[in-house]
Amino acid sequence: MKLLNNHAKIALVLCPTIIVAVYFIWGFAAYTAYLSFSKSTFLPNHELIGLENYHTLFDDIRWWVAYANMFIFGGLYIFGCIIFGILLAILLDRATKGESLFRMFYLYPMSLSLVVTGLIWQWVLNPTSGIQHLFRSSGYENFKFNWIVSQDYAIYTIVFAAVWHGTGLIMILFLSGIKSTDPEIWKATKIDQIPVWRVYLNIILPQLRAILLTAVLLLGFQVVRSFDVVVALTNGGPGYASDVPARYVFEYFFERGKIGQGSAAAMMMVTTMIVLILPYLVFEIRRKDA
Amino acid sequence: MIARTGKSALIYAVLVLFGLFFLSPLYVMFVASFKTLAEVRQSSIFSLPQVWTIEPWIKAWSGACSGLDCQGIRPFFIATFEIAIPAVFFAIFLGALNGYVMTQWRSKFADILFGLLLIGSFVPLQLFLIPLAVTLRELDIYGTTVGLVLIHTVYGIPLTTMLFRNFYISLPSELFKAAVIDGAGFFKIFFSVIVPMSPAIMIVAIILVFSGIYNDFLFALTFGDTSKRPIMAAVQNLVATTYGVKEHNTNIAAVFISALPTLLLFLFAGKFFVRGLTHGAVKG
Repeated sequence: MKLLNNHAKIALVLCPTIIVAVYFIWGFAAYTAYLSFSKSTFLPNHELIGLENYHTLFDDIRWWVAYANMFIFGGLYIFGCIIFGILLAILLDRATKGESLFRMFYLYPMSLSLVVTGLIWQWVLNPTSGIQHLFRSSGYENFKFNWIVSQDYAIYTIVFAAVWHGTGLIMILFLSGIKSTDPEIWKATKIDQIPVWRVYLNIILPQLRAILLTAVLLLGFQVVRSFDVVVALTNGGPGYASDVPARYVFEYFFERGKIGQGSAAAMMMVTTMIVLILPYLVFEIRRKDA
Repeated sequence: MIARTGKSALIYAVLVLFGLFFLSPLYVMFVASFKTLAEVRQSSIFSLPQVWTIEPWIKAWSGACSGLDCQGIRPFFIATFEIAIPAVFFAIFLGALNGYVMTQWRSKFADILFGLLLIGSFVPLQLFLIPLAVTLRELDIYGTTVGLVLIHTVYGIPLTTMLFRNFYISLPSELFKAAVIDGAGFFKIFFSVIVPMSPAIMIVAIILVFSGIYNDFLFALTFGDTSKRPIMAAVQNLVATTYGVKEHNTNIAAVFISALPTLLLFLFAGKFFVRGLTHGAVKG
């Protein structure tokens, strides 16, 4: 006895997912886009006011600090994770013993949340409890390391914590890539007496371009989303010196009651992401056509 | 020969140095969480406790105060599991069914739906906050466990669908065809053919989705009720709010406790952790 035919069952099974995709993802994104043109303050208000929220946003120095921080943080974070990730992957590929142990040491931060990461580093970098305190109490009275409370340097402490958290994943991506390259390379290059580091740099790494691209994209999405680590480490401070767009949006939504302006800022986040990902999409489409 | 041992010594020296860099915060936290308050304020961050005490751990668990609320992080810890367990179950159940439908009963419509989900999973979550707040108010589940279960199920589905779809697509289609010829129905095939073949991907999915929910901060902060907020929002709040003397040792113990579930998962099931993350990374 069949109550439903298979098509009906497929439709039934996909029903929750259709709601998720259409309502909770695309519908919500469209609604926030709408709100960015609306008069919303503490509550959503559907009266449209054109581009006013964007004008206010672009006149806000705080927004530009947060926006610039996203690029400073993002650039250094991506660069740091990839350089250290590749370096560690190569060293682990060379190491004969203890690979799995070292791998674990570099990877475990990935299992911790970014809040935990931020709180740990906040304590280590805090002048009164952490590294500065350590040096001062061991005799270097004038030692100074207060980046975390500095207008100019706070953003770099976020890079530091985030690289600590993210390097392991990049290392493992490259390590599996290196291990899947043709072992014949080593025989051939040994005969030609090519130094090991040149084999990695000129022969193996160029084969891993797809992994590099994946890593950059993966880290790039992390950058735009980065909220947790900033709140836990500096909460955007001192002042708003280390603020980032994700935190700016949150603050304008829930603490300042400016939903319209916050939505405009959120739309800027998405727009930036689309602009940055466009070259990749074009590259992919061209590759598939070829 | 000497050159070679020299090189390998250098390799290990660099590996050990990086190892120390990655491990030192954990070590620093560990020793600090066993120091008395007086010692934690005086001593160097690297020194071992002169007097070991588990007082900070006990206090962090059941007596630390955020503001006037002095019940430690235990209620928040439990609340997080109350949210994570059902959400993991729903997200995985629906993701597995989606993967099954999308690979074995291929249709143009399912492909489009998958595309919509996939692109949607890259949208920054900030875009969902206000509409979510409106929806949760309408449904009258704002600030409740049910609300957070719904949120995590909804935004877990793209990930689980992707994981199961990518796994099921590699299954030999003969099994499915044979089951159809045998007259097995739609759900029978799923439960008795497909599910038994996917324990590994199930474990990967459970670990990934659970740690995602457990480690979530944005939704926890926005939609968690103050008395039952999920752990990451609670522990951040505990450390950030100061009334009087900041009890570093207790705060650090609280951070440590909050990190333990996912840390232990990594230690005991690291293989699956890595597989999930790299799989998601490469295929996504």
